[in-house]
Amino acid sequence: MTLDKLPIGKSAVIIAVGGEGNLRCQLLDMGLIPHTEVTVRKAAPLGDPIEISLRGYTMTLRKDDASKIEVRPKEEV
Amino acid sequence: MVIALVGNQNSGKTTLFNQLTGSNQHVGNFPGITVEHIVSDIRGYKNSKLVDLPGIYSIRSNSGEGMVTRNYIIDEKPDAIINIVDATNIERNLYLTLQLIELGKPMVLALNMMDELQGNHGSVDINLLSERLGIPVVPISAAKNDGVDELIQLVIETANKKQKPRRIDFCSAGPVHRCIHTVSHVVEDHAENIGVPSRFAATRVIEADEDIIKALRLSDNELELIEHAVVEMETESVLDRNAALADMRYRFIEAVCMETVVKSSESKEQQRSINIDRVLTNKYLAIPTFIAIMGFVFWMTFDVIGQRLSDWLAMGIDWITLSVDTALTAYGLNPTVHSLVIDGVFAGVGSILSFLPIIIVLFFFLAILEDTGYMSRVAFVMDKLLRKIGLSGRSFVPMLIGFGCSVPAIMATRTLPSERDRKMTLLLIPFMSCSAKIPIYAVLTAAFFPNKGGIVMTLLYLGGISVGIIAAKILSKTVFSGNPVPFVMELPNYRMPSAKSVLMLMWEKAWDFIQRAFTIIFVATVILWFLQHFDVKFNVVPSDSTTSILSILGMWMAPVFAPLGFADWRLCTSLVTGLMSKEAVISTLGVLMNVGTDALSTALQGILTTRSAISFLVFALLYTPCVAAISTIKKELDSTVKTVGVVVGQCCVAWLTAYIVYVLAGMII
Repeated sequence: MTLDKLPIGKSAVIIAVGGEGNLRCQLLDMGLIPHTEVTVRKAAPLGDPIEISLRGYTMTLRKDDASKIEVRPKEEV
Repeated sequence: MVIALVGNQNSGKTTLFNQLTGSNQHVGNFPGITVEHIVSDIRGYKNSKLVDLPGIYSIRSNSGEGMVTRNYIIDEKPDAIINIVDATNIERNLYLTLQLIELGKPMVLALNMMDELQGNHGSVDINLLSERLGIPVVPISAAKNDGVDELIQLVIETANKKQKPRRIDFCSAGPVHRCIHTVSHVVEDHAENIGVPSRFAATRVIEADEDIIKALRLSDNELELIEHAVVEMETESVLDRNAALADMRYRFIEAVCMETVVKSSESKEQQRSINIDRVLTNKYLAIPTFIAIMGFVFWMTFDVIGQRLSDWLAMGIDWITLSVDTALTAYGLNPTVHSLVIDGVFAGVGSILSFLPIIIVLFFFLAILEDTGYMSRVAFVMDKLLRKIGLSGRSFVPMLIGFGCSVPAIMATRTLPSERDRKMTLLLIPFMSCSAKIPIYAVLTAAFFPNKGGIVMTLLYLGGISVGIIAAKILSKTVFSGNPVPFVMELPNYRMPSAKSVLMLMWEKAWDFIQRAFTIIFVATVILWFLQHFDVKFNVVPSDSTTSILSILGMWMAPVFAPLGFADWRLCTSLVTGLMSKEAVISTLGVLMNVGTDALSTALQGILTTRSAISFLVFALLYTPCVAAISTIKKELDSTVKTVGVVVGQCCVAWLTAYIVYVLAGMII
């Protein structure tokens, strides 16, 4: 599953970060690396971009870019 | 002694900078790019300067600001680095720290927002963190000015002792570790030649930093060795080179934080931000609230405070002008010099200075919106609208301000994180019809479209936006082709803005404008006065004369506008004076046609038809902005050639569009 498909309010663990060049480096620098847990907080009023939280902070990225990030949804406890 | 201040965006860097320095700031651009750095003396330390570098998350070469910081530290060799880190967001902040440590410069870590962390029952083992990182760590709260004195003492001491970071190696045994060490050995001599630590060179080379690879002048043989080591690492770690190094750094950080940081999972501030965002980025409320907030800012700026202050300032200037006028008459000064002082200098600079209150009031609100963190939310909410034209949500507010006044709008592009977005936004701002053009629309619609003023004005505004969209599409395919900077942005917690940084920003923008008002704009005013009051034989002529150089220029230009239907020299001349300010178009027309503003509408019916009035309106909407805006563009682009290009380009776009509209109108009317 990719990050853009993760339902709002759900958490997942990053498996792989795709994309290339600038975008990819920026995602890695912001801490979106394999094994990191992310939670989708909400989508912008126009449906895109999305708001996610990870490593104790909140950031936003576009769905297109989020679709390059492969995640494994966390099981409900 | 020079100290560089480096840190993430939203880490409180500007607040700390303002605490450490006095008011004698100097804003400079880095050569070649419009990324600014601010230099200022450090308060209480003679001959010590602090350089505020751009807020960044990483020093990779492919992010413009990151490259600036990296090059600054390598080339300018500051005596020490202060790395400011947000203690409430320590994991991501330390990522930059690890990269900076590799540069091997004396460095102190300023652990900011400790008050907030402690307020949430969190703590950091400062000594252990310092030991693990190998650099001194000072807990501070920049907003409350806690720990700032200790910080600067320690920084000066560290710089004096030239005390380098005690460790540069952050990897645990494994494929990444082996790869870095192999590459370090290969590049060692080359790194020494260009004056960077071999560990830094090695990680940069592994991350395929082309600038560094080129600078190192590695032989083919060495490049092959490196490639081999990297491929081996990628195979063994099952991560590619970039991910492997990011992973190595974050793993180290996670381990250190586990040992040293106690933090609640969700702080009060985070909870508060989530609650505020329930409204401000709510699916249904976000856009109405945004409109309400910006409406309030515009109302306050252009109606209530700003306009009132402008009026007062104008009254003050009028009073001074009158006093000087009377004094000069009493003194019996030569009438030409008298006219230069009163009609040229006082009238010109005076009308420009009346912008000042608007700039100050607008930046007061913008600084608050930026400092609280709301601007990031606007970018989040509006991003989808601007993505289609190759920009991000960040450009929305500057463009919106363009409808009020281009000058502060262009100044506001400064906060955009990428150079490409910044330049593209500032090129589009003049297409947003500014409020100074309203008198032009009002007079012409009164003359040609009575009772339809509202529709015509709306069409003009929409027309400007449409041309802007087309221009953006063309620009993003030509001048700004290539990869747009990705929209990956932090949404910081909402914070109370600090009065000091709001005031500093207002002062900086006001001072910047005043300087230009008395230099470029002053010169332009005097030139225009000269053209208006002299004929080609340098005899003084009255300002409504047909023989003034300006009138002759107008007649000369008239054929250019013949295809647009308005070849009357008076119209052309008024467009030239419109360079000074857009209101001047109407006042010049009044003077040249020898009628008051009331009778102007009727008089215009004599020289324009409905059809040519439309093309004149379109031209006035789109042609070059006023001299105050041009000088702001020049400041931001940092290039005279490019600025002239913008002005000429804009006139061409205006001419073409007006021509098309004129032809189309001919078919309909």
